[in-house]
Amino acid sequence: MSAQMVVTGAEVENELVSIWLDKQLVGIPVSQVQDILGPQRITRVPRSATEIAGVLNLRGRIVTAIDLRVRLGMPPRPEGAETMSVVVDHKGELYSLVIDEVGEVLEAPLDRFESDTGSLSSDWREVAAGVFRLDEKLLVLLDVGRLLLIGGAPARAA
Amino acid sequence: MDELLSEFLTESFENLALLDVELVKLEQNPNDPELLGSIFRTMHTIKGTCGFLGLPRLEKVAHAGENVLGRVRDGEIAVTPEAVTLVLQALDRIKYLLDQLEATEAEPAGDDSELTTALNLVAEGGTPEVTTVAAVSEEPPAEVEPEAVEPEAPAPETAREAPPPEPVAAPVEEAATPEAPAPAEASQGKPTGGSVATQSLRVSVDLLENLMTLVSELVLTRNQLLQMVRHDGESRFKAPLQRLSHITSELQEGVMKTRMQPIGNAWGKLPRLIRDLAHELDKKIELKMLGADTELDRQVLELIKDPLTHMVRNSADHGIETAADRRKAGKPEQGTVTLNAFHEGGQIIIQIADDGKGIDAEKIGKKALGQGLCTAEELASMSQSQILSFIFRAGFSTAEKVTSVSGRGVGMDVVRTNIEKIGGNVDLTSEQGKGSKFTIKIPLTLAIVSALIVEAGGERFAIPQIGVVELVRAGADSEHKIEIIDDAPILRLRDRLLPLVRLTRLLGLAGAEESFEHAYVVVSQVGNSRFGLVVDKVFDTEEIVVKPVAPILRQVSCFSGNTILGDGAVVMILDLNSLTGSLSAAPADTLGAGDDAGHAHESTSLLVFKADDRTPRAVPLGLVTRLEEIDLAQVEYSCGRAVVQYRGELMPLTDIHGSTVLPDAGRKPVLVFTDSGNNLGLVVEEIVDIANDVVEVKAQAQGLGTVGSAVVQGKSTDIIDVAHFVQNIFGGWFEGIEQEPFRSDEPEQRRILIVDDSSFFRNLLTPILTANGYEVSKAESALKALEMRDRGDTFDAIISDIEMPEMDGFTFAATARKGGAWKDVPIIALTSHTTTKDVERGRDVGFTDYVGKLDREALLAAISHSIDLEEALA
Repeated sequence: MSAQMVVTGAEVENELVSIWLDKQLVGIPVSQVQDILGPQRITRVPRSATEIAGVLNLRGRIVTAIDLRVRLGMPPRPEGAETMSVVVDHKGELYSLVIDEVGEVLEAPLDRFESDTGSLSSDWREVAAGVFRLDEKLLVLLDVGRLLLIGGAPARAA
Repeated sequence: MDELLSEFLTESFENLALLDVELVKLEQNPNDPELLGSIFRTMHTIKGTCGFLGLPRLEKVAHAGENVLGRVRDGEIAVTPEAVTLVLQALDRIKYLLDQLEATEAEPAGDDSELTTALNLVAEGGTPEVTTVAAVSEEPPAEVEPEAVEPEAPAPETAREAPPPEPVAAPVEEAATPEAPAPAEASQGKPTGGSVATQSLRVSVDLLENLMTLVSELVLTRNQLLQMVRHDGESRFKAPLQRLSHITSELQEGVMKTRMQPIGNAWGKLPRLIRDLAHELDKKIELKMLGADTELDRQVLELIKDPLTHMVRNSADHGIETAADRRKAGKPEQGTVTLNAFHEGGQIIIQIADDGKGIDAEKIGKKALGQGLCTAEELASMSQSQILSFIFRAGFSTAEKVTSVSGRGVGMDVVRTNIEKIGGNVDLTSEQGKGSKFTIKIPLTLAIVSALIVEAGGERFAIPQIGVVELVRAGADSEHKIEIIDDAPILRLRDRLLPLVRLTRLLGLAGAEESFEHAYVVVSQVGNSRFGLVVDKVFDTEEIVVKPVAPILRQVSCFSGNTILGDGAVVMILDLNSLTGSLSAAPADTLGAGDDAGHAHESTSLLVFKADDRTPRAVPLGLVTRLEEIDLAQVEYSCGRAVVQYRGELMPLTDIHGSTVLPDAGRKPVLVFTDSGNNLGLVVEEIVDIANDVVEVKAQAQGLGTVGSAVVQGKSTDIIDVAHFVQNIFGGWFEGIEQEPFRSDEPEQRRILIVDDSSFFRNLLTPILTANGYEVSKAESALKALEMRDRGDTFDAIISDIEMPEMDGFTFAATARKGGAWKDVPIIALTSHTTTKDVERGRDVGFTDYVGKLDREALLAAISHSIDLEEALA
């Protein structure tokens, strides 16, 4: 795969919150993360897209929860597994991304960044902004705007 | 005080305060064209309003002031302190006059010619101003006094009416401090109360919206706290919380009130609209507006404005006839459109009524049929109000000619959509020749609604109270029983049949589908359709704050919003309007299966009732349009026949013996049958049950009006022959023949297919044919029938209607004859009008025989004859 793409810091946010999904490590720019929550009471929304886990009350605000596993076409969590949520802000609207576990806040080395996502599966390519080749593991940088394009309907023009 | 006047006063005081400040600025900055423009405009506004309100004194002063300002603006005269002072004096005079106006609601008498002359002189750039101005310029604040007091001289004349000279002088003294005078004088001139200017404030709508949001949040938090304390039993928070609760409620009410506006504000333009319309259409129309002071939330008001205007326009255009037509119809030449608004049960009801020609349901029905909005069969089973509601469908217009006003096929659907968007509904009643009435129900406010909290499939949902008619607990041990008919659950509620639908199913949630043992039914109404929503649990009613759903969820149409309940959980608010959309599609696929395919032993739902004796009788439920209860005291007689006023029409009544005279007292259940849009009521003693049995008609008919008897729920039951009653009453419209119980001599089971788009006739013929030993299948269209052929179904004879949508009987017969399994099957045409030409054409395309509808004798003879003939040939 083409490894030539080394992007400068001005273009890629490398301060990330790392997130575990199954055994996969993904990252979301810290600047977009509003909050990290433990298990939440989520109200299901019938007839909504499968990726939408439901809605929850975040200090008086109603926030839509999106199950990242479903969004990324990953196998469902084992029954009764605890989840966490990363609340992100996208164009003034809050979304809660349901994940397995939060890793750490890290500054990913920019010289290890690859914006070419051609090696990923199509489900991932759609939402990935690039990949960091960390020492121990690959970390897929997620594009929050594209994550929220669900069911063909953009979360307001993205 | 007159509202217009008080508004004028508030506005003028504000403008004056503004002018004071700006004029002083102008003096320091005489060449600012923007400032000049603004000052001129403000003065101009005051002048304009005075003229409009008929306040000549004010107008004259303002006009003179404006003149000066105009010249200054145009650069014709320079801004001098003298000119400014003079204009300020004019402002003070205006203020004084406004104060008087406020106190006495009339302009004081008096003369301002001195002031206006001075102003005019300045405006002309003339010299005479020097005398006044010279005096003024020396010591401005002091000079103002003599200058002003003189013109004030007429004031004592006014004093005869009310104010003593002192208060009159007061404003003049204070002229230098422009902000103060208004309240100060007011307290002197009118000691009992504050002035209008101080009594009302202009507040930006944004601020109010924001307040409303905050209050909404407060209500939520309050609810949360209340719920917590409720669980705690004895709590020391109880008392203060109660107080908090009260205050919150009052605050909510108060803030809501700030957003309230009289509905009359939305009506302001209507009189002019009607006048213009009347002129354009050459009609005489009077617009009556009642309840204009009924208040509602400004947000709702904004949203309701356009639909209202449209509906009023429609009433004037379509509803009211021309003067000539009205005279012909024996009505006064002048038509009336009445707008009426009032509060009712936490909602606002707005009615738009006209005394025009009314809406022709038949025409609407035909049009709907023509536009493919419904099938003839659906139409036949519709109530008048259901048919009328077609006018709310997109693209539906009945206007014969397109006027500049309406008839362009857009409108009523948009009206309905807009009204439903704000959680309201619209209903239409009409009586031909007498007029139509639209009734709009809308919530008082959109921000906080009362909602019923229910649970289905383990999830809670909020149903806005506006759509909930009542709550019924149904089950084996309840008086309300749920019966399953053709897989579709139905609730019998006070002799009305209510279709039920599980909320879990509507929402695609997994849930207890097995039984209806302990079901809660939320009887809901949307527009004219009423249905029961089956839920697992019902909690209480809560005031909820409606929050819009996140953009990412917008495409999920079944929710109108979401909210946070007292316990902190988020629940979705059901949008009954869009749910009914999916509802009408839902039962169709379950019902459809049983309708067209199944063979002989398909079960038929029977309505079991008792008439004059103990013999249970039954009628196929499909034939019953409605169950009603009628007070026999209301029965009238027309042409020697019992009739009752029913849904704006006269409905003939009869009893099980076909009597034309009925007892004159008591309330009796009535089965309503509908044929070709005509209703017929059969008065019975008691509705017993709805049975979903396999109909096996055992014996032959024992008497008139009976097709035979069957064992229904283990009891011998007479199956009544609706055709008999229909023929008896409406006989004149069909080729009626003598009634005689038919005795069949056809022992073996022959298979017959009925092809008819009217469920009425399909259901009517089935028992007759079954009673005569045939095995009956039904198809609701020729295409469906051909599908059955292609599936390999075979029949001994086919009975087909002629007039059907999509493919008519002629084409059907021709197609069947062309080839395939039904090439030689006898096909009997069934029609209500048998002309020789039709019969010929029928024979040409391959019909074996041709019989009139409702001519049972002929039909049975034709079937038996055709089959025999066919077998003889085979």
